[in-house]
Amino acid sequence: MDSEHPSLETLQDIKRMMERSSRFISLSGLSGVSAGFVALAGAWVAHSWLVNPAGTGEGPDAGGGGDFLALKWKFILLAGAVLCLALASSLYFTWSKARRNKLPVWDHTSRKLLVNLAIPLMAGGLFISGLLYHNNWHFVAPSCLIFYGLSLVNASKYTLSDIRYIGMLDILLGGVNMYFTGYSLQFWALGFGVLHIVYGLIMWWKYDYRGAGQ
Amino acid sequence: MKNPIGNLNKIFDSRIRLGVMSILLVNEQISFNDLKQLLQLTDGNLASHLSNLEENGYIRVYKGFIGRKTNTTYSITKAGEKAFKEHLQGLENMIRGMK
Repeated sequence: MDSEHPSLETLQDIKRMMERSSRFISLSGLSGVSAGFVALAGAWVAHSWLVNPAGTGEGPDAGGGGDFLALKWKFILLAGAVLCLALASSLYFTWSKARRNKLPVWDHTSRKLLVNLAIPLMAGGLFISGLLYHNNWHFVAPSCLIFYGLSLVNASKYTLSDIRYIGMLDILLGGVNMYFTGYSLQFWALGFGVLHIVYGLIMWWKYDYRGAGQ
Repeated sequence: MKNPIGNLNKIFDSRIRLGVMSILLVNEQISFNDLKQLLQLTDGNLASHLSNLEENGYIRVYKGFIGRKTNTTYSITKAGEKAFKEHLQGLENMIRGMK
């Protein structure tokens, strides 16, 4: 660009070093997209269980005490599977982006990112386990959205700052969801599915696609 | 007339020392190995630049252990921060002067 000027080149060098040493920049937009699709698939499975409990093999009068407990465990397992798949797919895309740019995946920037992501997320995990323990499942989806949103806002200082906006939108969605708990699955699918896909595409376009073209 | 490159610090002529200072300005504390990885240098090369910066009072060294392995970390000093910012200002002035 302006590399004919040595001082300008030096300044750009400094800027690059500051950026690269304090933020994990290998986060791929496609990670968000893949996690979003996993979330949508999970929401779709959950939806089919809810509208047709008979299809779960619980019998036509599902919704009674014992059956409800079984269904609850199925949902917890489903949530766990969605989380694992989403994590695995997003790790894959981020790992391949780091490898393409010849940057380390595991360095002090990714360490800081993970620690700061994990603090609000663990708090959310404890809180939601408590809700489930007390059979207070109404507020599980909004709590997921709010705590995940807080995690992203907190972690955004240590990676591409765009995830701050997904975080704020998730917090907002979770807050509204508190008052419309009948639509929790829809809110959840919007926050974890659609938002991830849309923002993932934006980030992919901004950092990976255009960046690769230069 | 003031010398336009008077604000430039000789110590920061080296790209490596400049890199170390840039990294330390945005990271409270950073280990030798992280610096090595970020700047893609060999142990000896990085160590000599670091001791130069230390002798000038621009960085502070902490020697610690993780298990049995030594873990040396570095942080920037007040004097280092001041010198580096003046150097940046010097660079900026030079660019402005060239226009």
